[in-house]
Amino acid sequence: MSGEVKHEWPLFEVFVRAKRGLNHVHVGSLRAADHEMALHHARDLYTRRNEGVSIWVVKSDDVVASGPDDKDAFFAPSGDKAYRHPTYYAIPESVPHI
Amino acid sequence: MSFDDAYQALTDHADDARWAYGTGFADPLAGVPTALPDGVDGADLAAYCLMLGDDALIMSHRLQQWVTRAPELEDEMAIANIALDLLGQARLLLTRAGEAEGAGRDEDDLAYRRDAADFRHVRLAEVGDGDFGHLIARLLVFATWRLALLDRLAASHDPVLAAIGAKGVKEVAYHREYAAGWTVRLGDGTSLSHERMQAGLDAVWPLTGELFVPHPVEQRLTGVAVDPASARPEFDAVLAEVLRVATLDGPTAETITAHGRDGDHGVELPGILAELQGLARATPGGVW
Amino acid sequence: MSEQVFEATIAKDQRIEPRDWMPDGYRKTMIRQIAQHAHSEIIGMQPEGAWITRAPSLRRKAILLAKVQDEAGHGLYLYSAAETLGADRGDLTRRLIEGRQKYSSIFNYPTLTFADVGVIGWLVDGAAICNQVPLCRSSFGPYARAMIRICKEESFHQRQGYELLMTMMRGTQAQRDMVQDAVNRWWWPSLMMFGPPDAESPNTAQSMAWKIKRHTNDELRQRFVDMSVPQADALGITLPDADLRWNADREHYDFGEIDWSELKRVISGDGPMNQERIANRRRADEEGAWVREAAAAHAAKKQAVPA
Repeated sequence: MSGEVKHEWPLFEVFVRAKRGLNHVHVGSLRAADHEMALHHARDLYTRRNEGVSIWVVKSDDVVASGPDDKDAFFAPSGDKAYRHPTYYAIPESVPHI
Repeated sequence: MSFDDAYQALTDHADDARWAYGTGFADPLAGVPTALPDGVDGADLAAYCLMLGDDALIMSHRLQQWVTRAPELEDEMAIANIALDLLGQARLLLTRAGEAEGAGRDEDDLAYRRDAADFRHVRLAEVGDGDFGHLIARLLVFATWRLALLDRLAASHDPVLAAIGAKGVKEVAYHREYAAGWTVRLGDGTSLSHERMQAGLDAVWPLTGELFVPHPVEQRLTGVAVDPASARPEFDAVLAEVLRVATLDGPTAETITAHGRDGDHGVELPGILAELQGLARATPGGVW
Repeated sequence: MSEQVFEATIAKDQRIEPRDWMPDGYRKTMIRQIAQHAHSEIIGMQPEGAWITRAPSLRRKAILLAKVQDEAGHGLYLYSAAETLGADRGDLTRRLIEGRQKYSSIFNYPTLTFADVGVIGWLVDGAAICNQVPLCRSSFGPYARAMIRICKEESFHQRQGYELLMTMMRGTQAQRDMVQDAVNRWWWPSLMMFGPPDAESPNTAQSMAWKIKRHTNDELRQRFVDMSVPQADALGITLPDADLRWNADREHYDFGEIDWSELKRVISGDGPMNQERIANRRRADEEGAWVREAAAAHAAKKQAVPA
């Protein structure tokens, strides 16, 4: 090991699967020295009321994100494919829970 | 929840159980018969429940003293969680002790209105922590020992103790993992942290002998209580592995210096009890 | 261009997300607002934390411990929201312990009896809820999402406090006196939690325009008073304000003049507990430094030598 050790722990992003059948959803972030510690902390912080059946932690530095300005290229195409959107389909008011 | 009407947000109680910690969760003893099993002496069972309950109560008290003092906010959360788990175990065990005794005492009578000599915890639970290394050493030994006990307790002939054991195993496995993780990080971290972690372990070793000495109450409660000596091999194996990875030295010599199970406690207990019991005793007739 | 998008997003009542362009002033204001809120949660652990080991029943002890733990959690949600704006938690903590960033002055009052635990839940957390529920619609997404979670937990906090007070009011005369005394001490500081009157709140207009503040200080204060009076009646205690009465024309309660000089004194660091609160936080940070360093060193070693 060489050089100075950085004292600040890195940032991790936390994803929780609230119940079976649902996606993991981003719930926030936390700091930890390593992945193992991050999982422990995520359990304490984000699932201490029993919400969640599974947790992912990812180093924030490892997340590659599209920029907001890429929005058009990435996300616009579906804008002209209205059939992808549920509101495209007219459903009579009398049909419940749709 | 309405975002504009604070009052409505307060009266939106649909999912209370999830948010009111510890008040709406499934009762771990729901459906468990509470009658004493045939052939079990109530006084012995009560004494045994006090032993395990007082370990949890006093250890939790020491952990509560760390609140707002932890080295990082995430550890603040973790330590509070462990303290809460142990407090929950203490409440179940003291309640069971009261039932087994049959004199109408509840968890608060037993926690708040017993004198020092009537407490039955081991000395390890009671000693204060010099620093975080000492806390981690104490928690590592305590959780490793208690996990081995609770795991065996899950097979107890007393259905209540069996349920308490089964629930506690999940909790204390996490406590052990937390302590082991920190033991490794401190042991194999900086030279300063190695030194402090080793000092913590050295301070705790003399208190481990007491943990494995069977008490006559435990010996009489065959099939109900756990023989602590049976937990020794598992304890030794886990500790050896954690210390190897953490590059720390194991115990040098072992002595039995305390007899907490017989009410022989250290100089620190009166201070703990003054803090724990002071307010409750100073307000006779008070309801909380 | 970017500024137009920002303004349009705000106008449509949609959320600003961390990677969006935003004016420097908005970023700075958000960091300051979120950090002060986070600091308040962390410092706010101390007044009640002092009673955990002394709680007079095991059930109250468990509730209080869970509550104080929640406050650490709230601090963490909020620091993490501030970090999405490029702030650094270590730096924010240093600003707190060096007195360069503020926290809610309510926590500079001492907790003298166990009734204070109940009154903090009822009034202080109640005031916080009034302040915070509208923030669930803050224009800054991460803050709004953190606030939803926090508000849910705060409502448990408020109800446990009120329940404790109801229980104590059914107890001995000494307990009832204890409750009244605590209410007398906390009522006015709770009203001050909403900040200076609108006329003297210079940042309000910009914050309202940015939708990071949704109601003025005086509006929220009035809402709190209106909510609290019937709760006080149900409890059987008297709020310490001779001018407090229903105003049928306004359909609100009128209340007495707040002693703003006291608020200024407490904010500027002269409150009964300012120094102790900060000293405690600094001590925890300093005493934990070797532990945090060790964990970082261990993680670096593991990375250097693949297992």
